[in-house]
Amino acid sequence: MIEVENVSFTYPSGVEALREISITIGDGEFVAIMGENGAGKTTLIKQLNGILKPEKGNVYIDGVNTKEASVAELSRNVGLVFQNPDHQLFSETVEEEIAFGLRNFGFPEEEISKQVDWALNLLDIARYKKTSPFLLSGGERKRVALATVLAWNPKIIVIDEPTIGQDYTQKEKLRRFFNELNTQGRTVIIVTHDVEFVADCSPRVVLMYQGQIISEGRAKTILTSQEVASKASILLPQISELFHQLGDLGLPRDVIDVSEAKELIEDLVKRSKHHESL
Amino acid sequence: MPIIEVKDLFYTYPNFTEPFLKGVNLTIDKGDLVLLTGPSGCGKTTLCRCLVGLIPHFYGGEVSGEVVVSSLPVKEHAISELAQHVGFVFQNPENQLFALSVEKDVAFGLENLGMPRDEMRKNVDWAMDLMGIGNLRESAPFELSGGQQQRVAIASVLAMKPEVMILDEPTSFLDPVTARKLFEIVRSLNRALDLTVVLVEHRLSLLSSYVSRIVVMDEGRVKMDGAPIDVLTSKETRSLGIGVPKIMQLYQTLVENDIQLEKPVISIDDFVEGIRSLLKND
Repeated sequence: MIEVENVSFTYPSGVEALREISITIGDGEFVAIMGENGAGKTTLIKQLNGILKPEKGNVYIDGVNTKEASVAELSRNVGLVFQNPDHQLFSETVEEEIAFGLRNFGFPEEEISKQVDWALNLLDIARYKKTSPFLLSGGERKRVALATVLAWNPKIIVIDEPTIGQDYTQKEKLRRFFNELNTQGRTVIIVTHDVEFVADCSPRVVLMYQGQIISEGRAKTILTSQEVASKASILLPQISELFHQLGDLGLPRDVIDVSEAKELIEDLVKRSKHHESL
Repeated sequence: MPIIEVKDLFYTYPNFTEPFLKGVNLTIDKGDLVLLTGPSGCGKTTLCRCLVGLIPHFYGGEVSGEVVVSSLPVKEHAISELAQHVGFVFQNPENQLFALSVEKDVAFGLENLGMPRDEMRKNVDWAMDLMGIGNLRESAPFELSGGQQQRVAIASVLAMKPEVMILDEPTSFLDPVTARKLFEIVRSLNRALDLTVVLVEHRLSLLSSYVSRIVVMDEGRVKMDGAPIDVLTSKETRSLGIGVPKIMQLYQTLVENDIQLEKPVISIDDFVEGIRSLLKND
């Protein structure tokens, strides 16, 4: 369980990135943190593995105060994947990159090679095993960064912008994989701008604005409020936007799903035909 | 008039046996605004590297076929020379910006060309004005927001006055509202300067209504090429696992259920219009 209690954090430059934030995230939850650039999303997730420590307030991971544990200790349970894979990748080959974390945590060699192959296959990068990460495209490098963290099986997985550079098929795989992690009791936290991905995953959405949490709830509620969306600089999902524009026809506005939208429009057309024939 | 011509392009990276590009043929006319997309590993990024000369001059490897940009056969010209004709904007501006001030970053390419000072100042001012970053002249690029950084990166490319600009997922690190602004800027550059633009992007829902043409690659080849509406409604595109925008998925599902809008839609506005006129006519 993650407990964030009244956490404030100011960078040395004077930027107040977090202002008295509190949030509790249970085991096996799927949370999407959203909001405009500079809202404090990345600062918040860096508090979870202790790279940053609260200036005021406390963060507890399974009851352990992050102020009393090292980043290495916390990272065993909290795997953090940064936004820009280039900040994370440095090895000569993809294989070594993934093995690095495992070695640091003292996994035995045979276990390492097993975990490396598992992660390579999981993220569709097995053919790059012996390749330099720097030859790969942005989306592929992001998957390598993700593989390095997944390989050591942390209980809590925190990913900054998992869908960057990912195509539709890869996104679908990620969605299914996140679900699977959830059913194993693992917590998945993503930071994302990708409203369509969030609409498909339907996680608990936490919306940040200027260092505070301004709204939270299910995707269907949060992503269909124009007021909340514009404050947090997110665009409404396409289907939601459509239903806002058709609002005067008596349709509901909280629709994000294609099949629900289809039913509603079919119904509307039928009713209008029926009306005509009367 | 073609400004980019790719003929039977095959390319294999050093230490690989299988080619990443397996016979790419593509012609792009001057002034086109083209979206280049395709599943991960399809060769988009590799093709972009070929268009700006990073392949073969930087990456090495084995190339066959032809790449001609602005009448220059890429393999016969140095990257520095090509950079005056074809600019490259990376996914992450942090990888592109390094100087201590915005102005120095924008001037960097021109300095390397040894351009006379007066002329350089003129080009730098012009590019910064176009991108609306004149007020950031003295700022340090690393202190700027992602959106501002990407504007600086584009300005530094524009300062070279290229005829072609290639952008490899330029808005990945931006929030959607900032991303949309950037696409609007790119489109206005395309129109005002007759600048040929090739944009690599997965998020078709953000872009389909901005571009004049969509090129879809798969397994190292061009698989689809045409107007956005044609490409996005074709069965082949769907079978490639391209993320067809939700609004078009909805349109397709309705058609399959005998609800026919006046014409195929690509934007939400078109959809709204289609539904309203359908209700009126019934």
